[in-house]
Amino acid sequence: MIVENDGIADTLELRRGSTLARGEVMGEICHHLSPFQVGEKPIAGDTVIAKDLTIDSLAIMDMVMELEDRFDVSIPMNVVAEIHTVDQLADTILKLHARR
Amino acid sequence: MGLFDRHAGLLEAYRDVRTTGYDPFQIRMERVLSPTEAIINGRKTLLVGTNNYFGLTFDSSCMEAAIEAIRAEGTGTTGSRIANGSYNEHVALEQEIAEFYGKKHCMVFTTGYQANLGIISTLAGEGDQLLIDADSHASIYDACKMTQAEVVRFKHNDPSSLEARLRRLGDRPGNRVVVLEGIYSMLGDTAPLREFVDVCKKYNAYVLIDEAHSLGALGETGRGLCESTGVIDDCHFIVGTFSKTLGAIGGYCVSDDPDFDILRVTVRSYMFTASLPPSIVASVRQALKVVKARPELRKQLWDNVATLYDGLAAQGFKLGPEHGPVVGVHLPDRMVAIGFWRAMLDAGIYVNVAVPPATPNGVSLLRCSVCAVHTPEQLQHMVEVMTGIGRQLGVIDDRTRRVVGGAR
Ligand SMILES: Cc1ncc(COP(=O)(O)O)c(C=O)c1O
Repeated sequence: MIVENDGIADTLELRRGSTLARGEVMGEICHHLSPFQVGEKPIAGDTVIAKDLTIDSLAIMDMVMELEDRFDVSIPMNVVAEIHTVDQLADTILKLHARR
Repeated sequence: MGLFDRHAGLLEAYRDVRTTGYDPFQIRMERVLSPTEAIINGRKTLLVGTNNYFGLTFDSSCMEAAIEAIRAEGTGTTGSRIANGSYNEHVALEQEIAEFYGKKHCMVFTTGYQANLGIISTLAGEGDQLLIDADSHASIYDACKMTQAEVVRFKHNDPSSLEARLRRLGDRPGNRVVVLEGIYSMLGDTAPLREFVDVCKKYNAYVLIDEAHSLGALGETGRGLCESTGVIDDCHFIVGTFSKTLGAIGGYCVSDDPDFDILRVTVRSYMFTASLPPSIVASVRQALKVVKARPELRKQLWDNVATLYDGLAAQGFKLGPEHGPVVGVHLPDRMVAIGFWRAMLDAGIYVNVAVPPATPNGVSLLRCSVCAVHTPEQLQHMVEVMTGIGRQLGVIDDRTRRVVGGAR
């Protein structure tokens, strides 16, 4: 039950603890990363975003902005810099989401 | 891993660029003849990529002021502003810029890059939040690497994207500092500043705006986007540069904050570098007088912008979203951009080429910057040359000329 519109998100979602499913976050990340996939190797939790894919650092930051709005969290740039794998990105989003 | 291995990707891209024969990052101006012409590769070349918006690099009054200052005070200060490098003239320049904006305080830096780097990284400290536009200049990004504050990007020129990020901060402690630019340097688009200011007011955030490309060009008296949108009083910090419209080098920041001067002993890019040489301070003071005294330069600039922008649009080129002293021409990819750029240089016209990773959204651009002292004939000639090259390269349609709404 994620609402993209920020104004509505306020009322529907910010009320404590609608828990976000990990699968949903992983699905969204993979959706954003799929254009940068190399060969047949599927994108998985241990995929190293900047190394195993063809995405550059600016595009990673732009993807993060999309994910921020999708899940209504903000991921500071210094936190992004510490994220290497898809799993770490998903965990960060889930953690920030739970903390709201 | 060797020291340079991490640059392997960049090296490869750079090699691509150089296959065209000229290296756009190592162009040499063999002799500069005027604000609009130079000798490059042995030939007289029209300059349309210099940020010299008012053409003041050769203004005789500015040149005379600089020469006189050298005779009076020598070639350099050999010291920082907090040691032996503050002369009467530095202080006078600061007062004149503060007065120009109607603000109480001004600090002058040795470059605009250092102004952004030092001011932004120091203003927002530990526990604060810095919110920057996604298309911010490198100097702003570098400030973000230095700051102890938390940094979040919002979508380019999108006040609702900023608002979402401010809202998410909720009642967390910390000062919010929002960083914007008047005119963005790649596509020449302006920020929706009023809307941004409204959002910042609602969330009690400070506004810092970099008017690097809008000084002189925008506003009734040339103070930039903050003036043309009527929000000077709502911009807590205005940063700018002397290296574009004012035709020299240096940077500044103005503010009304009563404690602003504490930055003189906290901002490291101000404290630990030599101050501007007397000649530069003198030419900048004179250039500021020229900007105030000759508003017709602004009109000439915008007339020239219309000639170039509308001329290119009428031929079907895809341009930045609005008229501006920077005209960004979109090209399909890096190699076409480099080829186009090279063909223009062969035809005697210099513009900037901008390719990823230096551009937003991976676009490849020819970045043209217009000068008030370009003649209409020079710019019409440029449109003709670009049209010819554009057709040869298949960038614009060969036969049918698209007519763009209301253009000329
Ligand atoms: C938006 C913006 N800010 C700051 C600067 C830095 O200016 P300076 O040349 O004075 O270092 C530039 C110039 O490249 C710029 O485009």
